[in-house]
Amino acid sequence: MLKTTPFHPRTAPLVQGQAWRRWAGYAVPSAYELVHDREYAAIRNAAALIDVSPLYKYLISGPDSARLLDRMVTRDVTKCRVGQVMYTPWCDSHGKVIDDGTVSRLGERLYRLTSAEPNLRWLSLNGAGMDVAIEEISERTGALALQGPLSRTILQQIAAADLATLKYFRLVETSLGGIPVTISRTGYTGDLGYEIWVDAAHAVALWDALIAAGLPYGITPAGIWALDLARIEAGLVMLDVDYHSSHHALIEAQKSSPLELGLEWTVSWDKGPYNGRRALAAERARGAAWRFVGMTVDWVSLESLYAGVGLPPHLPTIAWRGSAPVYRDGKQIGYASSGCWSPLLKQYLALAHLRAPHFAAGNDVRLEVTVEHQRRQAYARVAKLPFFDPERKRA
Amino acid sequence: MTPPVDAIVIGAGVNGLAAAATLAKTGHRVLVLERGEAAGGQGRSLEFAPGFRADPLGMDAGWLPPPMAKALGLAGIERTVPELTVAVPAGPKEWLALSRDPSRAAEAIRRHSVADAGRWGAFTSRMAKLSGFLESLYTIPPADIDSSALADLLPLLGVLRKLRGLGRADMVELLRTVPMSVQELLDDWFECASLKAAVGAGGVRNIRQGPRSGGTAFVLLHHQVGAPAGAMGGRGFWTAGPDALIARLIEAARGFGVQIRCGADVHRVLVSDDRTAGVVLASGEEIRSASVLSTADPARTLLGMVDPVWLDPEFRLAVSNIKFRGSSSKVLYALDALPEFPGLPEPDRSLRGTLSLTGTLDELERAADAAKYGAVSDRLHIELQVQSLRWPEMAPSGKHVMVAHAQWTPHQLREGAWNDQARTALADRVTKRISGVAPGFAARVRHREVLTPVDLETRYRLTEGAITQGEMTLDQILFMRPVAGAARYATPIAGLYLGGVGSHPGSGIAGGPGWLAAKRLLREWRDRGARG
Amino acid sequence: MSRYDAIVVGGGHNGLVTAAYLARAGRKTLVLERRPLVGGAAVTEEIFPGFKFSVYSYVVSLLRPEIIRDLDLPRHGLQILPLESTVVPLDNGDYLGSWADSDLTRRELARHSRKDAEAATLFGRLMHHMAMAVKPILGMVPPDPASLAPSDLKGMLQFAGHFRSLGAERFHALYKLMTMSSADYLDEWFEFDPLKATKSASGIIGTFLGPRSPGTAYVLLHHYMGEIDGAFRAWGFQKGGTGAISEAIARAARSLGAEIRTGADVERVLVKGGRTTGVALASGEEITAPIVVSGLDPRRTFTQLVDPKEMPGDVVEAIARFKFRGSSGKVNLALSHLPDLTCLPGAGPHLRGAISISPSLDHLERAYDDAKYGEFSRNPYMDVVIPSMIDPGMAPPGKHVMSIFVQYAPYALNGGWTDARREAFGDAVVNTLARYAPNIRSAIIGRQVLTPLDIERTTGLSEGNIFAGELALHQLFFFRPVPGWAKYRTPIRGYWQCGAGTHPGGGIMGASGRLAALEILRGSGA
Repeated sequence: MLKTTPFHPRTAPLVQGQAWRRWAGYAVPSAYELVHDREYAAIRNAAALIDVSPLYKYLISGPDSARLLDRMVTRDVTKCRVGQVMYTPWCDSHGKVIDDGTVSRLGERLYRLTSAEPNLRWLSLNGAGMDVAIEEISERTGALALQGPLSRTILQQIAAADLATLKYFRLVETSLGGIPVTISRTGYTGDLGYEIWVDAAHAVALWDALIAAGLPYGITPAGIWALDLARIEAGLVMLDVDYHSSHHALIEAQKSSPLELGLEWTVSWDKGPYNGRRALAAERARGAAWRFVGMTVDWVSLESLYAGVGLPPHLPTIAWRGSAPVYRDGKQIGYASSGCWSPLLKQYLALAHLRAPHFAAGNDVRLEVTVEHQRRQAYARVAKLPFFDPERKRA
Repeated sequence: MTPPVDAIVIGAGVNGLAAAATLAKTGHRVLVLERGEAAGGQGRSLEFAPGFRADPLGMDAGWLPPPMAKALGLAGIERTVPELTVAVPAGPKEWLALSRDPSRAAEAIRRHSVADAGRWGAFTSRMAKLSGFLESLYTIPPADIDSSALADLLPLLGVLRKLRGLGRADMVELLRTVPMSVQELLDDWFECASLKAAVGAGGVRNIRQGPRSGGTAFVLLHHQVGAPAGAMGGRGFWTAGPDALIARLIEAARGFGVQIRCGADVHRVLVSDDRTAGVVLASGEEIRSASVLSTADPARTLLGMVDPVWLDPEFRLAVSNIKFRGSSSKVLYALDALPEFPGLPEPDRSLRGTLSLTGTLDELERAADAAKYGAVSDRLHIELQVQSLRWPEMAPSGKHVMVAHAQWTPHQLREGAWNDQARTALADRVTKRISGVAPGFAARVRHREVLTPVDLETRYRLTEGAITQGEMTLDQILFMRPVAGAARYATPIAGLYLGGVGSHPGSGIAGGPGWLAAKRLLREWRDRGARG
Repeated sequence: MSRYDAIVVGGGHNGLVTAAYLARAGRKTLVLERRPLVGGAAVTEEIFPGFKFSVYSYVVSLLRPEIIRDLDLPRHGLQILPLESTVVPLDNGDYLGSWADSDLTRRELARHSRKDAEAATLFGRLMHHMAMAVKPILGMVPPDPASLAPSDLKGMLQFAGHFRSLGAERFHALYKLMTMSSADYLDEWFEFDPLKATKSASGIIGTFLGPRSPGTAYVLLHHYMGEIDGAFRAWGFQKGGTGAISEAIARAARSLGAEIRTGADVERVLVKGGRTTGVALASGEEITAPIVVSGLDPRRTFTQLVDPKEMPGDVVEAIARFKFRGSSGKVNLALSHLPDLTCLPGAGPHLRGAISISPSLDHLERAYDDAKYGEFSRNPYMDVVIPSMIDPGMAPPGKHVMSIFVQYAPYALNGGWTDARREAFGDAVVNTLARYAPNIRSAIIGRQVLTPLDIERTTGLSEGNIFAGELALHQLFFFRPVPGWAKYRTPIRGYWQCGAGTHPGGGIMGASGRLAALEILRGSGA
């Protein structure tokens, strides 16, 4: 049997179509309802409650905790203040991304790192010779994401702390309905939202408290399908979908640098030594060979391809993950790694890896689509990420 | 205030001095920092009881690479190869003593096996050919598989020519022998158990494995490098005294302008922006230099002296995976009289060589077994040298100094620790073992000093008490010594070089690693100079 | 008197593969097998009424996919059923499992060590690269390193070039794999001792070495080889036992025109003027052919089937030095009911996989220590499988057959093997197993114990070495079996070798037989 999260007793009865999927060895709902539209809509319209417990979580403490993280990740951790959260990738010594996640500074010498894949070994290797303790807390910590325009309103009903003052990428240790939690203003939807970290023993009680408080505001449990649409709209990269960990890639070409992933903003050029620094500086000097970009597919072009076989356009209402070639001037210049029909923007969006110099926003390219078993090319345009960026996210 | 120097060398042992002299010879300013109160490192003799001195770690003089000796003006240091290089028990009150002269050795062997006597000459000449090939590998840096630079390939071509020059049979034999166990090798040649034990002991010296382990045939060949053809275990000793080489090296180094500072314990190597910036002493004193050549072992240098943030975690892991596994101990004996070994032929001459107390390969293997489980062997493998017969000045007149080399005594005991009690028990065990072949030995012991792997670690700062600074096993030689990524003396930190025994060509090649490391640094300087 | 283009001596799987390829190329080929059934060490026999055993070799791993395709083996009966899991009972009453699903395996491993669970993924990736690096060598005819012939120089350059093309990082990893002990190699990756022990076990199978002996690490690769050459999840059982593989190859060979005679004991290979002319059977019958291929081990091929005088002295000497040192035994049990593991009670899915008695590195190492000094292991390493769990036809309904591969049992036992020593060895095996599955004693209704001496006597493998010669570093590639004669030829013209004693050898792989056939066809102007 696969593992189940601490919220499983509450989530399992809600899964109407037994649509489950694997996430880091856990069974998690793809969707609760038979159609996931309402779950997605909650993210953009009210508040969606998403079980993100399968994330890996580590506590790093001790005099060298900041030094350890700072030599490991690309962001400047020495600038991370208590109560602050930093999103960051981390690289091998060749400047290729191993994983990405968040560093939360919980105390003077206490940090929490979240990641998509297990990183205990890597943390230990990086901390060898340092005065630091590393503890994995993945199983004993439940995590819920409450995402959407009404998420703050709902949380405030039962939160001890004043959330109006909690800024984007900040956290607060407080309680919800009397249950001790950490709330960080973070998420994977590109919307106003929070992630709540709780001791697994209180997980079910927390779920109940949130549902009770959120019911009047339309709180809706949401599965991975809904989350996936939102993260593509937000232009957020996903490990094992949009890129491969350099620890798992079988060949060099499968690896990506932060610059290639459009994460240059997370790379500090003036801090002390860290893994990949030399390689990244060299890459920056010569310019990245690839770039992770957004693409919007031209509706008229898509419609006419389908019209040619007498069909209306077929739209990916569930995000696809895979590889679709991208062409420019008849030559392949890259590939899209995920795509979906955005219910909000009414556009076919894709996230793609394009070679230099083709990745400039506004460039016209073509995306391979399969129309009734035939390979075709639809017009598409390179777009700036994120596709959707509401003011409320940061406000 | 120290004047600026071009390079700092850490450690004034044989390798540190050879490196410093090599660098200074070309006019560079070199400062050697030595932790101890005098130069010499682990090769220095010490007074362990009033009037009694010993060279505790050197089993033989090793091999001085001739090109290095020539370059540093060391040629002509006299070496004595004892007439009888090694003797082993071959029955009750019976010994087999091997002469450095193959035909004389064959005579001794004939009393035990006619067939073996007949093969001895062929065996020793094959060993000499194969170890002769190793010599050619030991005067050049290890090959770099990724390099296509002519400078890297040329010496290698010479080696390949030499390999072809061995001829078909010896070339195939070399390739076949290297991965073998010394027991398989000897079983192929001989039937006499004591003969195999006498030779086989050279295949397991200072490694944790026993004679049945693959790669021990190579260890035997390695220990034959520099020995006169036909003399097994016959690299001999410096005629003028254990410190003869050190003294000449100090003289040579000073002559080239090297500054040697003793009592200077390097605590950290300073790194700035991925480049070496100098060193910090335990006293807190900082000495700046863009080039540092360390002869401390690779783990002490890279893990102990360098801030971890400057090294790739995977590389650091590789360094921490180096197998040190010190498993040899030494017992230094101050003796009132020479011990008597009944049946030992020509005692005065035999005792100038090495007495190996293990009479069969199975016994040798059993002695190694315990170490696999973190225990000291019940029946240790012991090799004895009476140093006062080599150098009379080591003991008061009429008195003697004997060094017992004992294997296997693992650094890390699974049960207990190397405390005084364990130390005494070990010494008692060694004494008892010696008394078994030398009745009345215990009564002649005036004083004894035990050096367990933990003592060697403390006294000489050798990780896990490994005299080899990393076992000479197949996976840790040539381009893998001490570790891939630092095998050609340069480390991932620009300006920091490794030149101790932990580097190619390893232990027993006197000054070889330091000399080759210095040449590497000189090449770096030259290339940089050429680029402007 | 019949006339053939080629005679293959020995109907083991390699001999049969050679015969099939020769027949496929239109050569009139005859296989002569001493026993009444083909297969050599890959045979299925009904030892107890209703209970069928893969008597010697019992699992399939690396049977070359090209052989399966070239000879159309599935059409002739090849059907490999998956062997999915391994369970290792531990001395503390717990167990370590490995399952078909990677999430479950990772979780099981994380239960013992989280770091190891992570390291296992990285280790698997490295092994993937190493297997990719080694694979071309398995399919390469070894060049002669000392030869100056253009084809050998080209071969050596190819060989050297191949290693260079790996790049430093992978070359170094491969070099370590070739020179280290499996225990030391695994120490660099893992901390959980039973995991290292279980992985090491694959490195000691068929060798007279312990997990801490250098030269055992590279066999770790075998586990990963199958996954890169189109035979994903290749580990498994042949339906009907390993004998059914031999039969499938024999059927394929026959369908291609080869003739196979069982009960035909070749006494010697006939040589005239440095050239073979055929073979003489023990019955006195002589059969002529310009090509004779020996599928027997090198000792028999070079010094027993032919008069050693026909061979150059240095070759005879080299063969004398070639190490066999059989070190493994086999215990086959007929069971009235299934074993009940204390650590994992009941007839769960784990009984469909392997049960590895390798609770610690020390357990394996001590088992080796016993053998080093001429005794069989008191607490041996054992690889236990219950084929009837996967292929019910192997035992009567409701009953089971259990196959136990055991190490160490030295061929040169102190005082020699006797019936009493054989049974004592069998008792040691059952006693060791009973520590983890106490009900095993009451389940045994038939027991067959095979020592290396028994294996030698029945299959003809010298000293009972299951690989027809140890797979030690100095006996591989251009050293296998003798430098200069590693290209399937022998010093006698027309006399060839195709057994597992030639490169690459080992296991039911068929690669030696195939490469030999291709060399014969090339060398005889096909």
